[in-house]
Amino acid sequence: MTIEVRYRFDLDTFQLDVNLELPGRGITSLFGPSGCGKTSLLRAIAGLDRHAAGYLRMGDLVWQDEDTFVPAHRRAVGYVFQEASLFEHLSVQGNLEYGLNRVPPSARSIPLERAIALLGIDPLLQRSPATLSGGERQRVAIARALAVSPRLLLMDEPLAAVDLERRQEILPWIETLHRELEIPIIHVSHSPEEVARLADHLVLMRAGRIAAAGDVHEIFTRLDLPLALDNEATSVIEATVSGHDEEYRLTRLDFDGGQFTIPRQPLAVGSPVRLRLAARDVSLTLQHQSGTSILNILPAAVEGISLDDEAQVTVRLLAGSVPILARITRKSAAELGLQPGMQVFAQAKSIALLH
Amino acid sequence: MFNEADLTALAITLKLAFVSTVVLLLLGTPLAWWLARTRWRYKFLLEAMIALPLVLPPTVLGFYLLLALGQNGPVGGLMTAMGGRPLAFTFTGLVIGSVVYSLPFVVQPLQDSFAAVGRRPLEVAATLRAGPVDRFFTVTVPLARAGFFSAAVLGFAHTLGEFGVVLMIGGNIPGETQVVSIAVYDHVESLQYAHAHWLSASLLLMSFLMLVAVYALNRRLRVVRA
Repeated sequence: MTIEVRYRFDLDTFQLDVNLELPGRGITSLFGPSGCGKTSLLRAIAGLDRHAAGYLRMGDLVWQDEDTFVPAHRRAVGYVFQEASLFEHLSVQGNLEYGLNRVPPSARSIPLERAIALLGIDPLLQRSPATLSGGERQRVAIARALAVSPRLLLMDEPLAAVDLERRQEILPWIETLHRELEIPIIHVSHSPEEVARLADHLVLMRAGRIAAAGDVHEIFTRLDLPLALDNEATSVIEATVSGHDEEYRLTRLDFDGGQFTIPRQPLAVGSPVRLRLAARDVSLTLQHQSGTSILNILPAAVEGISLDDEAQVTVRLLAGSVPILARITRKSAAELGLQPGMQVFAQAKSIALLH
Repeated sequence: MFNEADLTALAITLKLAFVSTVVLLLLGTPLAWWLARTRWRYKFLLEAMIALPLVLPPTVLGFYLLLALGQNGPVGGLMTAMGGRPLAFTFTGLVIGSVVYSLPFVVQPLQDSFAAVGRRPLEVAATLRAGPVDRFFTVTVPLARAGFFSAAVLGFAHTLGEFGVVLMIGGNIPGETQVVSIAVYDHVESLQYAHAHWLSASLLLMSFLMLVAVYALNRRLRVVRA
């Protein structure tokens, strides 16, 4: 199943013009600076803006074309707004049941108990929304959207309205949804950290247009896109826990390009994990270094080097089939004589475990 | 205390206020809803028209209504042509006059509370499978309940206090169009101060209690919302 999205309509200062085919599973992130049209696109997909002209097909259902406009309340979407926007006149339970009661029992694929359990909001059911913290409100809003058993879940910067600490409180719940539910999620964000944690598929937007779309690992490391050229550039790597070293309190992670060793994690062998490797924490050597304190050294092939006039350049490497970025000085790149195709060793100073 | 005519006037006043309030809510709700949501650039013209009774002398309003509802007026003429009788000097005429006269007191609180509810809760309800009518009754009405309460009480209380409009279009027909405010006037004219006192005090008390309810409820709702 795929989701076909084509829209062209005027926004305040520019035109939104997109033509996308999105995967029917996993999390797709619409990523771009504020005001680039991400939210307008999400609202159009939900059917919240009647003037948004375009075409929308969700699997075999056409929700919008030249002659059809299925209004928002007849589209099987769940929508999580930037502010939780709970109904203040209803209890948490009342909020959850509002949507549930409007879905015929035969169409309920997510039981209410499951939505409640997935977001851990059982203790809040009798409370009034006014008494909840920002993080709790947003979790209730997500559960409320799930309770209508949507075929597509839309989330508009679900973390933007909560502070940093609360974000850490919500993110694991969104990751749980991703693991436990089959429904595709389209998520809007302007935070690279959030996208690195959540996205499987990434759509980069700029001034109403699609700058690039594709697999998150690929888009983060493409040298022709701004993400890879920034000092904050990172690579996102999927790995599996392969064992623990109890003597030195370390955990070994296997991935397609080799093995990483990180401080001991409370994870079972076989667990899938996602890692983030900051490009500026990766250095390159021509020979395998011995006599270094760095544990994680991977053989890799240079695939490309950014054409930068600045002090720093980004080198894209392939470790096995996995793209990895290194942010080094242009001078070092010249002295090492880096060329596409060269074999080098990538030394990773630190690796962050995302989940 | 009250004589029979006074009691009749009191009953007519309450009936007039009640019927007018119901008509005002039925008419004012869609009007206020439209005013709160439209982007029509000339809506201020309509808003100014609705607010006119706030500043016009009631006799001026009553005079034009009398012309419209009377035998030779457009509305009265139509009624006569259809085999009815003109609406001037009837209870129905009084209701029409009261509705026009109290419209701003109903439309403005409703319009303000619809605007305060905003679009977002309705969009949320739409994504939770609620259609437009469902959304209005399950989201807008409960969230704007303070506005409905204020509108109903102000419309009712303001109709109780009507004098000029009623005098112009209702005349002063005891048992049909004589309301309390006019009965008080008659008593004073004929120096029956005791009767005037009883009627005036009952109207004063009723109006005061209703306003107390409006202000107390508004305060309570504000506290809840904070």
